[in-house]
Amino acid sequence: MKQPLILGIESSCDETGVGLVRGTELLANTVSSSMEEHVRFGGVIPEIASRAHLDAFVPTLAQALEDAGVALEDVDAIAVTSGPGLAGALMVGVSAAKALALATGKPLYAINHLVAHVGVGLLDESIAAQYDGGALPENLGALLVSGGHTEILRVRSIASDVELLGATIDDAAGEAFDKVARLLGLSYPGGPAIDKLAKSGNAKAVRFPRGLTVPKYMGTTEEPGPHRYDFSFSGLKTAVARCVEGYEARGEEVPVADIAASFQEAVLDVVTAKAVLACREQGITTLLLGGGVAANSRLRELAGQRCAAAGITLLVPALSLCTDNGAMVAALGAQLVMNGVEPSGIAFGTDSSLPVTSISL
Amino acid sequence: MRILTIDTSAVASAALLHFDPADHLRTVEVVANFATEDTRSHAEVLAPGVQSLFTDPVNEGPALDAVIVGTGPGPFTGLRAGIAMARTLSFTWNIPLYGLMSLDALAQQVFDAPRKNEAGRAIGPLAINDYVIATDARRKEVYWARYSAGAQLLDGPHVGPADGVPGLQVFGAGAGLYRDVLEANGASVYPLFADAQPTAVELGRAAARKIIAAGSLHGAGLLDSTPLYLRESDAKVPGPRKRAL
Ligand SMILES: [Zn+2]
Repeated sequence: MKQPLILGIESSCDETGVGLVRGTELLANTVSSSMEEHVRFGGVIPEIASRAHLDAFVPTLAQALEDAGVALEDVDAIAVTSGPGLAGALMVGVSAAKALALATGKPLYAINHLVAHVGVGLLDESIAAQYDGGALPENLGALLVSGGHTEILRVRSIASDVELLGATIDDAAGEAFDKVARLLGLSYPGGPAIDKLAKSGNAKAVRFPRGLTVPKYMGTTEEPGPHRYDFSFSGLKTAVARCVEGYEARGEEVPVADIAASFQEAVLDVVTAKAVLACREQGITTLLLGGGVAANSRLRELAGQRCAAAGITLLVPALSLCTDNGAMVAALGAQLVMNGVEPSGIAFGTDSSLPVTSISL
Repeated sequence: MRILTIDTSAVASAALLHFDPADHLRTVEVVANFATEDTRSHAEVLAPGVQSLFTDPVNEGPALDAVIVGTGPGPFTGLRAGIAMARTLSFTWNIPLYGLMSLDALAQQVFDAPRKNEAGRAIGPLAINDYVIATDARRKEVYWARYSAGAQLLDGPHVGPADGVPGLQVFGAGAGLYRDVLEANGASVYPLFADAQPTAVELGRAAARKIIAAGSLHGAGLLDSTPLYLRESDAKVPGPRKRAL
């Protein structure tokens, strides 16, 4: 069978992405980001992101078609992120995707952004080289860490069976990095700034709290507690604020690098420990990393060490595929088409808290 | 000339209109029309609504002469749904795209509305010379603009509380919502249009008027599709963090 050519559209946060994928082959991955416009606010402002999506969409689409060297007529199906994400931002991509579908008569798939972060692994050449037939490995899990989400998933089938094992109950990990960067007077986005500064700091200087790790939340393997695989970062953020204020109140210089390193360690220690725990207890033997925080050098290091120690294979797609993009949406769309999943029509709505079990609508 | 119009500044609406730019009788045929009362589910209903205007959109779309979209002002998220739709259709079908202020649609509709005598018979157009169109801007404010004879824009669009609207005849859903404030300010509210919203049909009629007056699409003074937000995003640049003493 000829591999389907899929156009994918992403607008759930601050990246306007259009990607083209043939089967598991990446043809184009064009992204326009409004990140610069959010810098002075220290975080993504939904209305500013939505305005940017509206103006970026058609130029991004035109560029992606040019990059891939294909015409709209050649496309077999269109896929668009319908959730989870920022409601107003999702609406722009969904409205444009529906226009494309009705204007071309092509089938439209409304897909889940989180599952697309996993599907993108199929496009990465170094990962694909390890598995034949363009398929994802068996017993697959995913750890997604970004400014908008922090989740552990179990992937039995990318097209039909994905389960949420754990998630943040408050801030996303990337959001915590942004907020702490602001507390420490560092630039936005906070992730790269803290990663860089932490290299010169002592990660053991301050023992910050590890959210949801006490026995009443963790329970045991036999009797899991209510948040065994879940995360919480809002208490950590408050602890960092108290710590900084303490130095200031004593008139001492704030040891910014030590605090950055200690904070980063607190986040990534919990994230990697719980991901590996979930893998061991749930029979997951391969863990795929996704989301913008996959760029963090300490996350890669810690996840690599802990996965290796537990006999788990760690897959890290190229960074341009880890951050939000349209190619990941197209990659998942291609899997749905190849598995004979029915398209979504053009009457669906956006869902800012779409559960991961809804792979497509 | 056949045009597709879309307006989501208040309700979600779309229409196909047919007219002759050289027709001085200004006959405008509404070929097909879609509008919903709902002002909050544009993302779901607009695409099926646009599709329902055509038998075969893939082949009929590229044969259209233009897409004309209402550029607001209106609540942002809904407004963007229509503009994203219009821009993408224009790109895909490779047909021209124009914008028209959504308040212009109501202004033309009001100007053309029949004046009735005491027996209720139409005796010509309402043809008011100085009037205001006001729509609901939420947050206890209205979007408004002032028009003269022939629905010519005099001033606006603006967003603000109803007590900032001039003491003239005021038409549109904003007038019905804030009747007391407007009347206390010397304005009068005409009951027939006290809940009227801009729609794609009326946007199309207003556009057709301009196109017929100019004799062509290009010279009609239509806008581009830039949304008229009128308000900044609510984002505030955070102040410096308070230092502990
Ligand atoms: Zn994401």
